[in-house]
Amino acid sequence: MPLRAKVASSVSRTAAALSRAAGRGDGSVIGGWIGLKIDPDLLAHLSAGRAIALVSGTNGKTTTTRLTSAAVGVLGRVATNSFGANMPSGHTSALAKAGSTPYAVLEVDEHYLAQVLESTEPHVVALLNLSRDQLDRAKEVAMMAQLWRAALVRHTNVRVVANADDPLVVWAATPPGDPARGINPPHVTWFSAGQRWHDDSWVCPECGSTIQRSGEQWWCTGCPLRRPEPNWVVEDEGVLDPTGAWHKVSLQLPGKVNLGNAATALAVAAEFGVRPVDAVSRLGIVTSVAGRYAQVDKDGRNIRLLLAKNPASWLEAFDMADEAPTLLSINARDPDGLDTSWLYDVDFAPLRGRQVLITGDRAYDLAVRLDVNDVPFQHVRTFDDALRSVPPGRLEVIANYTAFQDIRAELDRVI
Amino acid sequence: MSSESLRIVWIYPDLLSTYGDRGNALILARRARQRGMPVEVLEVRSDQRLPATADIYLVGGGEDGPQALGAQRLIADGGLHRAVAQGSVVFGVCAGYQLLGTSFFAKGVQCRGLELLDLRSDRGESRAVGELAGEIDPRLGLPPLTGFENHGGRTHLGPEVAPLARVTTGIGNDGATEGAWRGKLLGTYSHGPALARNPALADLLLRWATGAHQLPPLDDTWSDRLRNERRSAVAPARA
Repeated sequence: MPLRAKVASSVSRTAAALSRAAGRGDGSVIGGWIGLKIDPDLLAHLSAGRAIALVSGTNGKTTTTRLTSAAVGVLGRVATNSFGANMPSGHTSALAKAGSTPYAVLEVDEHYLAQVLESTEPHVVALLNLSRDQLDRAKEVAMMAQLWRAALVRHTNVRVVANADDPLVVWAATPPGDPARGINPPHVTWFSAGQRWHDDSWVCPECGSTIQRSGEQWWCTGCPLRRPEPNWVVEDEGVLDPTGAWHKVSLQLPGKVNLGNAATALAVAAEFGVRPVDAVSRLGIVTSVAGRYAQVDKDGRNIRLLLAKNPASWLEAFDMADEAPTLLSINARDPDGLDTSWLYDVDFAPLRGRQVLITGDRAYDLAVRLDVNDVPFQHVRTFDDALRSVPPGRLEVIANYTAFQDIRAELDRVI
Repeated sequence: MSSESLRIVWIYPDLLSTYGDRGNALILARRARQRGMPVEVLEVRSDQRLPATADIYLVGGGEDGPQALGAQRLIADGGLHRAVAQGSVVFGVCAGYQLLGTSFFAKGVQCRGLELLDLRSDRGESRAVGELAGEIDPRLGLPPLTGFENHGGRTHLGPEVAPLARVTTGIGNDGATEGAWRGKLLGTYSHGPALARNPALADLLLRWATGAHQLPPLDDTWSDRLRNERRSAVAPARA
């Protein structure tokens, strides 16, 4: 590593330690930010000599990154940004902090995928899904798919693990090659975990025609884009690998969506030579991920925290939640997106029949939404009020980003 | 009304449904049913023919590509023009508002609109993103408009339409006026589920569709609280 990079890396670690010591955060961003100021190529220097996997998509990044790290861990030490600090400063911090490791698995904010592909020259990139998310500041969904596709044209050596069920991801993962110049399209391994959310992919990103669906199949009515045959498939409580062998997956994380994340993790690890039979037991070690799915016992209530940031992840959360009293909390601060329109993209009907409580900065937006959805609810001012309003036993908490962090803080920053 | 039940058509949810636009169909249907009106909501995708005999047509927001495609298909279909000629109500939001005009810009290209409203849209220097509020045209007799806007367009009104509102917070058409209306056609930049925050506007559309001069009041406790909260949230910007 060049001297400048060594200095930058060392300063970066120190700053992260100072940030943690000062109680200002977990240090996962500030250290990398300072390091990148000293050496803008620091991330590239820190990446050199490591076999790296990147994980990107609208939903499931943090959990899939954690599961993938566990699976790749079969081979040796893995550096990872496990606190969800998923921009280049977070990657820089994570790699500097980990020191020398043969492997790294990095969660990447979807807007930064092109840049991080450039800096880290990964062996594998996993593309999970693309759906609407914080549209008041994020790129529109189709434009994000276009950015991914353009980035992959420049990195045709990277192995791609991509979601066969998401038309936007399939299109992004299959840019045309240029055989005349010896450029082949990237090698893609497809996984299938089912997809509840279809409302961002009714129109073909290639030609604008309607996309038809029937069962798990989908195809464009105007061009050859269609669902590729998946190599890794979620089936029952396990995963079918490309050889047709079925592996039971016993996760401590709820829901079919996490079985899909597990399938992705096994597929990515396989690109490093990890056999699924060796990795599958390690996936069961993961319990909660930065507070997501964490369970806390308080005042006789067993509280489970589910993070839901956008319409697609709300649908998944309803699937994961037990038929139990449920607290919904909505904020619209900067990290959440200032716009609450998406509440109408979510059908809250699955909550009918449960005791529903609502809170958060934007509880009234939620109240109007639930009212028109015929879901009875009770508005509470605080988390403690919510606890007092439900009988002993399970309380499911579904919250968007800062609302989730607020409740985590109430529960002593449970991780 | 043209038949036994109130028919609401949500136009092209496959193209024009970016910001919870479904909310407008849900709110209209609910407020009509609460008054005892039978309601039929039809979601018409862009590969289907648009029925010309519904009472209310909703055109939602969309990204540039889908907006241009939606306008092309609506022009080719012709159903919305026939419906307007027969006196149907049209409510356009954001991209759906722009495409009711004579022209709009998508992906840097000027596109032909449906020419149902005398207005044209071009690109502003910056995107308008944030809370939108305004005092609605007094002839419509409605409380202030509240909403959220997210668009790159600026809209210039011709003499045949009236602005929906005078802007008090946000940008709307151009920082001074917001939205437009003529006859039973109304458009706004208050995007997505605009009617959730403006139930009186939903009732105006229902009155236009049914010919009723008045509708029985409903319990609007939660939308009133939401409106008050949003009004106080934008209040500092007015000072």
